[in-house]
Amino acid sequence: MSKRITIPIGPQHPSLKEPGCFTITLEGEKVVNAVVGVGYNHRGLEKACESRTYIQDLYIIERVCGICSHTHSTAFCQAVEELAGVAIPRRAAYIRVIMAELERLHSHLLWLGIAGHEIGFDTLLMYSWRDRERVLDILAMLGGNRVNYGINTLGGVRRDLTPEMMAEIRKVLDFIEEENKYYIELALSETTLAARLAGVGRLSHDDALKYGAVGPVARASNVPDDIRAIDPYIAYDEILVHPVTDDHCDVFGRAVVRVLEIMDSIRMIREALDNLPDGELTAKMPRKIPEGEVFSRTEAPRGEDTHYIRSNGTEKPDRVRVRAASEANWHGMAHMLEGDYLADVPIIIAAIDPCYSCTDRAIRLVNPEGGEEQLLDWNQLRRYSIDFYKKQGFDATKIKIAERKIML
Amino acid sequence: MKKGPGKVAGFALKHLLKKPATIAYPKGELQIDPRYRGRLTYTSDGCIGCQLCVRDCPANAIEIINVGTKEDKKYECHLNLGHCIFCAQCVDSCRKGCLAMSTNVELANFSRDALKIKL
Amino acid sequence: MLLALFNILIFPGFVFLSVYGLLFEYLDRKIYSRLQNRMGPPWFQPLADFLKLLGKESVIPEGADKRVFAFLPVAALAAATAAYLYIPLYSVTSLFPFEGDLIVVLYLLTIPTLCFFLAGWYSTSVYATIGAVRALTQLFSYEVPLFMALLAPALLADTWSLSGMTAYYAAHPWYLLINIPAFVVAIVACEGKLERVPFDISEAETEIVSGTFVEYSGRLFAIFRMVIDCELVVVSSLIAAVFLPFHPASAGLGFLLYVVKTLAILFILAVFKSVMARVRIDQMVSFCWKYLTPLALIQIIANLLLKGVLI
Repeated sequence: MSKRITIPIGPQHPSLKEPGCFTITLEGEKVVNAVVGVGYNHRGLEKACESRTYIQDLYIIERVCGICSHTHSTAFCQAVEELAGVAIPRRAAYIRVIMAELERLHSHLLWLGIAGHEIGFDTLLMYSWRDRERVLDILAMLGGNRVNYGINTLGGVRRDLTPEMMAEIRKVLDFIEEENKYYIELALSETTLAARLAGVGRLSHDDALKYGAVGPVARASNVPDDIRAIDPYIAYDEILVHPVTDDHCDVFGRAVVRVLEIMDSIRMIREALDNLPDGELTAKMPRKIPEGEVFSRTEAPRGEDTHYIRSNGTEKPDRVRVRAASEANWHGMAHMLEGDYLADVPIIIAAIDPCYSCTDRAIRLVNPEGGEEQLLDWNQLRRYSIDFYKKQGFDATKIKIAERKIML
Repeated sequence: MKKGPGKVAGFALKHLLKKPATIAYPKGELQIDPRYRGRLTYTSDGCIGCQLCVRDCPANAIEIINVGTKEDKKYECHLNLGHCIFCAQCVDSCRKGCLAMSTNVELANFSRDALKIKL
Repeated sequence: MLLALFNILIFPGFVFLSVYGLLFEYLDRKIYSRLQNRMGPPWFQPLADFLKLLGKESVIPEGADKRVFAFLPVAALAAATAAYLYIPLYSVTSLFPFEGDLIVVLYLLTIPTLCFFLAGWYSTSVYATIGAVRALTQLFSYEVPLFMALLAPALLADTWSLSGMTAYYAAHPWYLLINIPAFVVAIVACEGKLERVPFDISEAETEIVSGTFVEYSGRLFAIFRMVIDCELVVVSSLIAAVFLPFHPASAGLGFLLYVVKTLAILFILAVFKSVMARVRIDQMVSFCWKYLTPLALIQIIANLLLKGVLI
């Protein structure tokens, strides 16, 4: 069959957890062209943040994503605390780290189940989600809810860890460690898993740098990109992370990175529980945040989350911009999909662990004179900004965008 | 383990003898931690009507209304369950401890108007 | 005459096959879910699904040929039921035995797969076309090993009739041990025939949204689901008749033994289904031609050699 057919995967499709449209052009079973379309989950959160106070915005930002909600709220709190010049107590920092690593556990277990489901291995889905239920029970006990655990507040955390809770956490950690050892063994020895995951969705080291991949996607292509090690925030300067890299450069590598990160997170939670300092839970925060701009970044389970806040001295922020990790990983998607089979499309999309709710912050330019609206993609935006600055006498074409300095 | 297909068979067959990990809700019982953020509860005894909870609510779900007179104030709290995001910021903002979260999570209803409740 | 009609329509014909098929679907889903450590569906679930689907509207797409679209499920069901009549169930002979009925049963079992392909092709939807092409490619890869694995015991028994084979093996039960490689090949190829994981490629839910059945709904889809259940019963009975043909004297005890044998084969198929991931179509073709077919060939050669020795 040399005739080409175009098949839409989405916006409604059983393999996508949230809407997104992928237009795949097939020749037989091979994908020759793929167009990625996201933007179905846009909710206007950034605009909503501008009309609410900082303490209300904390809960809006937390609900950007269901799975990496703690990371978003930590990044936001960090940004506002830096603007106000407030340092949080050490106990609060440790509790934030414990919640962040527990979130990483539950997110990676969720990913393992989804990957199993996309390749038709429902048994792995059921087992890993059963284990994830224990982690969700712990998160509900600590924060008050299974997802969107509102444990952060501006200036620290809201709830404390009692010794009974710590004993409960340790029990669950032992259980998850046992099960995870089994999953690692399974991933390395099951031939049907290896047949579906290996050699699929290749993203070489140079391509990962060129397309700006972050998180486990980059780490599986041997790019040591882990914000907890590069730019330590909250208590990561005392609880050191061992970044996990792998050089498979394909979906199998991403699975290995995530499963090994679960083991590393368990080690870090145990270290944090052993060394939990005493002290206060919150520091006093003013209601009016001083003027300024701040840029904060954290390591979500999916990669690097960056938040930018500009304040104008009042109770409400002037501009809040959230760039979630999944947004950075979409750029390499068309490149990863081409050349593989149709049967691999769901698992490649699932391998970057996409969070469509995190992604959809579209940029729209409105021409103030004419009032017309345009939606620009990356190349058009870059062209627009180069022309804009050329008119002012500044030549920006010499700057190379693919270079990135990574320091450990 | 050596490589081969169907490696999870031993692990899976052991589960035939174990109890299933499913809770048969509503026949089985639901286990909710006492610290879970369910529906809000309100006691009007200590309430001074400062409206801090109303100011801090991200979703405009809570209202404190004075149903008495200016001299003899009596406050009532109205909550819109459809708007509430169960974040418990109002509980933290209240300086008099009038608000608390319960573990009542069975809040579904057939009509939207019935979601506006008086606490 | 009346007895033949009763046999074809009620027992062990159409009604018994349908009821037994629904029971098999329930047991299959229950074992699958217990292996995954969760509660499964209640016992009336397959019947409830069937009745619910019967009550829904059948929507036929505009580009599809109405009569062929509606005829295909019925043709598949008729073929599966006809195949059931020639398999020895609870006694040494089947209902209407004749020389060569092994080949007829195998060909009758191919017809549902062809109906699935045509159903996908006539649906004129992109997903259905891809699913139909995959179903046909799958047919080419598992058909040869399956036929060879079922022919090997026939070579040893020197007859093309299922009833003759059952009689031969009932007389020499120890020869069944020779056919074990063919048993393994038959089980694996049957997972392909029944389109279950790891070989449910033509109906892959996460890739092409039900593949060949995408445009089917309502009554027609209910009949297709019934075809899949009946095929499960027919294939397990066929494997039980060829590879496990123990038959005691009385018919009642024979029926009980038949139920036990088919349930054992269902258990093996269900465990197989839950422990593997779905493979890609090109991986399936290379697996079937590289591993299954040589194993079946070795079994045939071994049987031919032993035939010369034993007789």
